[in-house]
Parts: sequence; structure tokens; C-alpha cells
Amino acid sequence: MKTQNIFLIFASILFLFSCESEFESSVEDNEVYRTGEADFSNYVSLGNSLTAGFADNALYIESQQNSYPNILAQQFSLVGGGEFTQPLMNDNVGGLLVNGNPLPGFGPRLVLSTQSGSPFPAPLDGTPSTDIGNIVQGPINNLGVPGAKSFHLGLNGYGNINNVGTLANPYFVRFASSPEASVIEDAVAQGPSFFTLWIGNNDVLSYATSGGTGVDQTGNPDPASYGSTDITDPNVFAGVFTSYVEALTTTATGGVVYNIPDVTTIPFFTTVPRNAVPLDAQTAGLLNQQLALYNQQLLPGLVQFGILTPEQAAQRQIVFQEGQNYVTLTDESLIDISGILQGPPFNLDPVTANTFGQIRQATDEDLIPLTASGNIGNIVNNDPTLITGVTVPLGDESVLTVNEQMIINTARNAYNATIQSVAQAYGLAFVDVNQVLQQSQSGIPFDAGVLTSDFITGGAFSLDAVHLTPRGYALVANETIKAINETYGSNLPMVNLGDYRTIVTSDNSL
Amino acid sequence: MTKSFLTIVLISFAMSQAFSQGYRVSLQGNQALGMGHTGVAVVNNAETAFFNPAGLVYLEDKLNVSAGAYGIFSSTKWQNTDTGQFSEVEDNVSTPFYLYASYKVNEWLTAGIASYTPFGSRVEWEKDWAGSHLVNDIELAAIFVQPMLSVKLSEHFSIGGGPIFATGNVNFNRNINRTLTDENGVRSNVTIDDSGVTNWGWSAGFMFTPTEKLRVGFHYRSLIDLNAEGGEAVFANIPNSQLVPVANGTTTFDATLPLPAEFTLGLSYQVNEKLLVAFDFNRAMWEEYDALVIEFGDPGIPASVNQRNYKNSSNYRFGLQYKAMEKLTLRGGYYYSESPVRSGYFAPETPRNDSQGYTAGLSFNVSEKLSIDASFLYLRFDEVDESYDFYFENGVAVPFEGTYKTTTFIPGIGISYKL
Repeated sequence: MKTQNIFLIFASILFLFSCESEFESSVEDNEVYRTGEADFSNYVSLGNSLTAGFADNALYIESQQNSYPNILAQQFSLVGGGEFTQPLMNDNVGGLLVNGNPLPGFGPRLVLSTQSGSPFPAPLDGTPSTDIGNIVQGPINNLGVPGAKSFHLGLNGYGNINNVGTLANPYFVRFASSPEASVIEDAVAQGPSFFTLWIGNNDVLSYATSGGTGVDQTGNPDPASYGSTDITDPNVFAGVFTSYVEALTTTATGGVVYNIPDVTTIPFFTTVPRNAVPLDAQTAGLLNQQLALYNQQLLPGLVQFGILTPEQAAQRQIVFQEGQNYVTLTDESLIDISGILQGPPFNLDPVTANTFGQIRQATDEDLIPLTASGNIGNIVNNDPTLITGVTVPLGDESVLTVNEQMIINTARNAYNATIQSVAQAYGLAFVDVNQVLQQSQSGIPFDAGVLTSDFITGGAFSLDAVHLTPRGYALVANETIKAINETYGSNLPMVNLGDYRTIVTSDNSL
Repeated sequence: MTKSFLTIVLISFAMSQAFSQGYRVSLQGNQALGMGHTGVAVVNNAETAFFNPAGLVYLEDKLNVSAGAYGIFSSTKWQNTDTGQFSEVEDNVSTPFYLYASYKVNEWLTAGIASYTPFGSRVEWEKDWAGSHLVNDIELAAIFVQPMLSVKLSEHFSIGGGPIFATGNVNFNRNINRTLTDENGVRSNVTIDDSGVTNWGWSAGFMFTPTEKLRVGFHYRSLIDLNAEGGEAVFANIPNSQLVPVANGTTTFDATLPLPAEFTLGLSYQVNEKLLVAFDFNRAMWEEYDALVIEFGDPGIPASVNQRNYKNSSNYRFGLQYKAMEKLTLRGGYYYSESPVRSGYFAPETPRNDSQGYTAGLSFNVSEKLSIDASFLYLRFDEVDESYDFYFENGVAVPFEGTYKTTTFIPGIGISYKL
């Protein structure tokens, strides 16, 4: 009996000393950071591909896990933030299926592959398995929809599978609460206590990445009439943007809005050099000989007739030299002289006249989209005299001209003015993404180096040259946290950029 | 009766607050651990085979056997308030054991044999935690087997010692760096594994007994280098890319882990028939552990050099033993253990700063011949802000920083038998 008692006591003493370690103030137990005036318990994010976590030309599980809203939600959880649900894809391949068949234009993600001999982005060799008919059950906190423009967030039927190919977006089909629901309705229905809204990029970006083939719809108040690569009317943007914030702030105690960065800061437009064509002395000389008539007779003649000013004629001069040469291109903003050239005294044949109609050489102000890089220098129709970017000018879709950049910036600046004034009016945190990307041109230091916007090597941009890497999204998250702390008096910690990856290398590619 | 016992145990616990320094695990006897792991000048039972072979010859019985084991329950947490990251060691239960026996040949000579586990570490962080580029998990264990002789040179002076055969094994996994993954986002990692690594060492000591009540002891245990040669290194979840210098698969590795020398100097004093007090000073020669260098069999894979730069460190141990009843002996103790880890070298594979050990224990004599020995140790580490500054990415040092807090609780049970 006595022995038993002794061991019982001994055992209970052992039990008294639980061996759990406890910090004086524990991060895990929400004892370190201040919430401030905002309530992070129910956070909803709205936006486009950048908000969804899109990267490498696709959406895939790991890219979603590194979306800036997900990174934010992780930090919010340190001050009472709740569960953050994302409409996760089915795989890490990316790409979409509809009724089991591949949806054209939505293929696997890009990886950095050496299959072609040198490192270059190539699609991952994998089969997409995310069928848009499999609806993800909500409520969904991350309502970022790749491809969405500002007015799409309020569009009913944007998630209706029957509208895919017309007004619906296959990504929103996956998680719309009902076929007719709009993104903003699904957000408001959750009664968010906090929100982020980053929208408007695609309102100019689709025009930019298409090389400016779309139409500037400024002045047209009906987005239903817009084409996919058109620029949204700034008044339409202002109307929808304000209405979204108004709707969200009925329940939200706070929120963050982001402005639209300058498209010329992204590697999609800064990677391909304007003087991408190498020529030897002999070829250059031969070409100059062939162009002598155009440069020395046609252009001066047009000036003489008062059709072109001397400056306009100079702009159209095409001269090659040994070494790197500026590409030739068709510029729609130039006066079309093809008709005049067919008449007297020039009397050119229609084919030659059309070639010279709106042609010039690129300058350092032009931007060449990454997607055009593969064509430059290629021989057309097996005719060695037809070289793209030299004797065959690049088309409108292959160049973002100075004029097109100005059109973009006019609209963008109008959107940004709206965003900033709405932020002020509603007391929201504001992230100047434009400035951040400008900084990344020169480099943003982190613990193991410098993050830049250089394609492939810079670390901020993914392999599609438009969307960000996890490290780039972490940078956006940190800028957001800074803005939140300033606006709402919280002291949320920023994440360590070095903990987030850049691009993925793999030779398992197509 | 029961009540007064409880009081005594609580008091002895309060008086005291011994386990781990680097990867040295000081758990070599339940009777000794109850007394703050003192023993270089204590002659109680066969545990003396570990603490000081010179003392074995003073055991009065023909045959003495002690055996026991411990359960280590340890919690280590890490957090970084700059980033809000936190993690904890998920599982580090391990079970050190000991087995000692002595046989009295004659009045002047006793032979003994000992088997014990003086080195070991088991740390399993949450997979892919913030420090996973340094360690995900490590398991390290060494078993020593030591035959010995104990010789009484005079009534007051004895010596003892013997060769040590050591066998060890190691299993260590870490991620390749902070960000490399395969296409599915699974972190690229490497595991090294080797077992049955053996080497020889020795230990020797003396014991001086000037009066019946006072004993002074000294014991030295030599350095044993565990040289892993041709162990297995497995690279996993490496992306299939010519741009990555390593590929998935198995190669070999070589590495040396020193099990450092230590000496202990101590005394014990029999205050009266019931009460014994003991003090040990122990110093471990950790300076030997300069860097953990892992060289891979594949010449294309650069060696992994992990700076350690440990320093020699001391332990101060106090213990007392009280024969409460014919059948019951109570023990209490305290020790202070300096960590061999220097500031800036605080790697999460052995997250050990200075610690204080509070110990208590008892022996219950089931019969004349057999007693049950129980002990427990509460090991307290202060919360510490530390960093490991020798991890490099693209030639840039990227310190791994944070706050660590460890609490360890170790119950032990064993038996002592004499004939």
C-alpha cells in the first residue's frame, strides 16, 4: 500500500510539469502584434490574375499558395485573421479543361528549360486536369480572376459556363457561387471585414501585350461593346471602381487599393532589344543599295510635294549597317503613302508600294513585345531576301509604338487618379505599385541579393514576363503590409523575400 | 507518512532545478541523476562504472548490477518576430539507457563492464519550416561499451579505467536551400545516413578517500572521432534540369563527428549516517568541433561545410542524498550547464543555450538485494535570441535568426542489484 502511494505521488509530480515551452510573448498565440483599427477576421481579395497568383502563363496550386493575398492572410492570422480559402486548381501543371477537353489558350505553365539547347521558357510537359465544370464550393476568400478587367467584376453571368467563349471567364466559372453571380456580389455576400482590390491592369495591358491592335474606347461608356484588346474608358473605370469600394465598405472596417503600374516597366516589353537584327557589312551594303531609290528619291520627292515634312521623311529613312540594326516596322500612326506611291511620278507596283506605306525603323522609344522575339530575323516563305524585321517590316502586333504607349499612359493615369482619390475618400490603404515596379528596374535589395525586373534572371517576374514570381508577389504583400500599418495603426510583420522562390527550372518540357 | 514524503520530495525539487550540452546527453544513472548527475566521488552502486571506474573497488558486494533508461520529453520552439514565422520541434522523444556491472575479484581488484549512451540528439522540426535549409530533422546516437579494472593502490587511493568501444549512427535531412523545389513545389532535399560507425577511446580516473566521510574523484574520458566513410547520401525532389548542379539519386558521403573528451573533478561528503552531499565540476573539450564537413562521393557535388566553432564548456553539479527510511532513499540536485555553442553559431540542429537542471529521485529497496531507482530532471533553458550566420546563398551570408525556447523533462527508471 505504502509503495503504491509513493509511486502514485511520484507519477503525479511528473504530470505537473508539462514540458511545453512557452515564449514570454508568443507569435503563435497572437501576443506580439497589434491589430490597429482594422478587423482582419474575414478578409476577401478581389482582382485579376495578379491577385489570383497567376504566374508562368498559368494558374497552378503552388502559384496560388504564393499569391500576395494568401501571403497577407498568413500574416493577418497573427492578429486574428481567419481561414483564407482559395479556389485551388487541381494540379501544378496549370491549364484548363472543359467537359474533359483542353480549353484552347489555357495550357500548361512555363518552366525554364534547356531542351532547346539554351535556357528558355517552355511549357511543362504535363496534362491539365482542372475541369471548369467542377465547381469549387465557397465561400471563396480569394476572388482574383485571371483576365478580369475592371468592369468584369460587376458583370452578371461572368461565371456561367454556357457563356465561355463569349462574356464568361472560365476561371470564374470554377468558383462563382451561382452561374449568374458577379464577383463583387460574391465578395459582398461574405460580409468581409477587410478587403484588397487591385483591378484595372487588364484594362490597358491587353491592349499593350497585343501590340496596340485594339481600340482606345475612351469616351465610349458601354463596355459591352468593347473588344478584348481595347482600352477601357476611364469614366467607365471610375464608375465601377467607386461602386465596388462603396459596396465593400458597407461591412469592411478597412481595405487596400493598388494602382496600375507602367506597362513599360515589365520585362514583356523591356527584354527584346529594338536593334535585334545582326547584319554583316556585305548584306547591309546590299540592302542599302536596294533602298537607295526609297531613301534618296521617293522620300525627298514626297517632301518636295508637301506630303511629308522633312522630319517625317527623316523618320522614315531606312539605313542598315554592319552590326546590330534597328528593326523595320509598320507604324499605323504614320500617313499611309502606299496610294501616292502607286500614282505618278512614282508609279510603284502595289506590292512594293504597300511595303513602304507606313514603314520606319524602330527607335529607342518603341517597345517590342516578348512574343515577337521569335519572328525577328526569320526568313519568310523560304525566300532569303524576305527577312522579318528587315525587308519584311514587323506588323502592328509586334511593336508597341510611342504613340500607342501614350494612349495607354493617358488612360492609366486617369485610372490611377481615380484609385488614389477613392483611397483618400474612403480612408483606405494605398499601394503605389507603379513606384515599386519603377524601383525594381534598378533593384530592390533583400537578404541574399537584389530583386530586379530583368527577365529570367531578375527574380521578380515569372517566365511569362508579365506576372510575378512568388518572390515578386511577396514584395507586393510587403508593400501592402507597409500601407496597412501606416493607415490602420497595426504593426504586422513583413515576410522575408529570400524565403520565396523565383523561377522554376525543369527539362520536363515540350 | 505519505504527507511528509511528499513534502520532502517537493522541497528537494524546489531546491534543485542535467541533460544536454551540444549533443552530449548526461543521463548515465538514475541514482546519480537524482543528485544533479554528480558521481565522480560517489560510491553507491554500479553506476560508478561510468562516473569513475576507480570507485568500483569500494563497492562492498561481490556483484553489482545497475540498469535503466530515460524518456526524454523535450519541447523547443522558434519564432522570428521580424517576419511572424514560428515553428516547433515536433518529435524528439528518445530513450537513452545504461547497463553497468562490477565483480569484486579480491579486496584490491574489481572488474567492470559498462554500456551507455553518452551522445545523441534527436530533433525533428516541422517539415519545410523556415530553417529547413539548415535542418529538417536529425537523429544521432552513439553507444559506448567499456570493460574496466578498478585497483585499490592503498586504503586511501584507487585508480581505474578501460578502453571504450564506440559505435554510432547518424541520419540527417535538410533542404538544399531556401527555395529550390521540383515542379510540384516539393522542396529539394538531401538525407545523409550512416550507421555502425565505430572507433576506440578510453577513460581513466582515480579516487582519493582521505577520511571515511570524504571522497575526492577525478575522471577523464578521451575524444572519440566518429568517422563516417562511405555513408549514404540521398538527393530527392531535385528538379530535372541541367541548370541544377545535383540530380536525384544516391551517392556516398564522408564526414567526421567528434565525440569530445571531458574530465570531471568532484567530491562527496557523508554529513551523517543519513545525508550525503556531492559536488562535481565537469569540463567538455568541445573545441574539437570546428566544422561539420560533409564530402560527397559524386565529385560534381560541392562539399557541405557547416561552421560550428564550438568552445570548451563547463558544468557545475550539486547533489544530495538522504536515507529517509530503511527502504527509501531520496535525492535532489541542481546543475548549471554551459552551452558549447557560441553566439552567431546557433544552428537549429542543436538549439542549446546555457541551461539549469533541477533533479529529484528516489530508490526503493524492494529487498536486501534489489532496489528500484527513479529520477527526474527538469531542464530549463532561458528564452534566447540567436542566429546562425554561416549559411550562404550566391556568396552572400544569410543569417538564420530568431528566438528559441526549450523546456525538457526527463523521467527515468532503473534497478540496482547486488549480491
